[in-house]
Amino acid sequence: MFTVATVLNALELGFIYALVAMALFLSFRVLNIADMTTDGAFTLGCAVSATAAVAGHPFLGLPLAMLSGAVAGFVTAFLQTRLAVPSILAGIITNTGLYTVNLAVMGFSSNVPMLKTETIFTTAQALLGENSPYKLVVAALITVVVCALLILFLGTRLGLSIRATGDNPDMVRASSINTTFTITVGLCIANAMTSLSGAVLAQYQKSADINLGTGMVVIGLASLIIGETLFGRGGMWTKAVAAVAGSVIYRFIIAIALRANVPSECLKLISAVIVALAIAAPALQARAAFRRRRAHAEKEGATRA
Amino acid sequence: MLDLKRVSKTFNPGTVNEKVALQNVDLHLEEGDFATIVGSNGAGKSTLFNAIAGEFIADTGTITLAGQDITMMPDYRRSKVIGRMFQDPLKGTAPHMTIEENLALAFLRASHQTSPFSRISKADRALFAEKLSALGLGLEDRMKQPVGLLSGGQRQALTLLMATLVTPKLLLLDEHTAALDPATAEKVLDLTKKIVAEHHITCLMITHNMHDALTLGNRTLLMDHGRIVLDVGGEERTHMTVPELLDRFAQNVGHQLDNDRILLSKDA
Repeated sequence: MFTVATVLNALELGFIYALVAMALFLSFRVLNIADMTTDGAFTLGCAVSATAAVAGHPFLGLPLAMLSGAVAGFVTAFLQTRLAVPSILAGIITNTGLYTVNLAVMGFSSNVPMLKTETIFTTAQALLGENSPYKLVVAALITVVVCALLILFLGTRLGLSIRATGDNPDMVRASSINTTFTITVGLCIANAMTSLSGAVLAQYQKSADINLGTGMVVIGLASLIIGETLFGRGGMWTKAVAAVAGSVIYRFIIAIALRANVPSECLKLISAVIVALAIAAPALQARAAFRRRRAHAEKEGATRA
Repeated sequence: MLDLKRVSKTFNPGTVNEKVALQNVDLHLEEGDFATIVGSNGAGKSTLFNAIAGEFIADTGTITLAGQDITMMPDYRRSKVIGRMFQDPLKGTAPHMTIEENLALAFLRASHQTSPFSRISKADRALFAEKLSALGLGLEDRMKQPVGLLSGGQRQALTLLMATLVTPKLLLLDEHTAALDPATAEKVLDLTKKIVAEHHITCLMITHNMHDALTLGNRTLLMDHGRIVLDVGGEERTHMTVPELLDRFAQNVGHQLDNDRILLSKDA
């Protein structure tokens, strides 16, 4: 049912989008902040990377995208820590503003075509050869390195402070940690990763579009939750592997959907349904268990009477 | 060591919910003082702690700790030198992080920990294990386990260790044994006495146990309506009984000490 090409394709996209899943792992799970900057930060990464590549700097485009993503994260963090904007609203505000910024980065055009542009992938193709899985190598390499760095970072003193900030803010202040600082660093890193994902994607598909990031937070969460449900119990390394695996599995689900002739316009709806179901799963399970228990009790009552 | 001069705090000033929580509180603690604090519900005991720890900035007055004016200092900077424990064992530790990671966070207060990118070292681990074994709870063998798996008493003992891992200039104990069963409470209290004595820590402790209030430490403070109304120490305190303390309270403020949680008996 799958050709080698579709499997490769799903793996490549899975690795690229895994950076978003890891970013959401950091913001939603570790920091316990619903960071709605994600959609805009992803598009920002696309825009910066595409513009840089068109200007002849595909490699410089990646750190530039990360830097701009970090700035977006900083704005969200500033709004919520210094100006007391509720955290979800802070992300939405930044996200809204980013729409204009992203258009501006792309020269006030809604897309940047880069068909003949040199990208990190064309360079890898030249190095590794036409027939090698060069796209997968690049995508996997970037994701694995960044995820490993993140997990190593979370084991440092600053990383532990960030984790504690999401786990128990009361305790953190009593341990002489400045939560304004830890939240800011955390959101900057998360959005830098999201932007990097967008940056790699733009060069991968040789185009940037203002709508690429739409729904990215839901897609990232879907990947994260799939990973957590299947492999998520364990230490930080397990959790990182789970996020990457979840992202790859999500891409396979999409590939199957496309294979089954689901029109690509419906993919966002499918993502939304997956996320809703995955988040609702524990509640549905509990309800089913309660129904079984009640039916059992009623039956026992009937036999006794 | 600790000096509060005319510290006042009013919550929601100018509204129907206005509440004068602290009224011109003056308090002086010598180095090594261990004072217990008793008072009615809403007397301002916890508010006093919040003022000292920096949860809010006092409306008026100054707070000095070890010669440094900390009146305007934010809470996370004060906590470098102030250890604090709450009644709720869930407040003092991060449940999804391991025992060793929690201790590493507490150890951040040590001044020689400079690089934010350094990791928990072998030396740190050895120190944590040594301190944990002194608690006598076997926690030194469970350092890689998340704190969420510990019982309330174990968590509170760990919090005590975290609050004192780097010897604080001041330790604030806000009924830190009140949520524990009597046997565990006694154990945590014994540990507290031991650690405070060992490191000669200046300490303030809120309690509802009148017996503890008179026998622990070297001073007893009674609070009422945001003021310290009685401060006994020395010879007078050594011979004082619980009924005498209550009488003195009633004389000073003109009404009985009224607190639905107060414990008068010795065994409670």
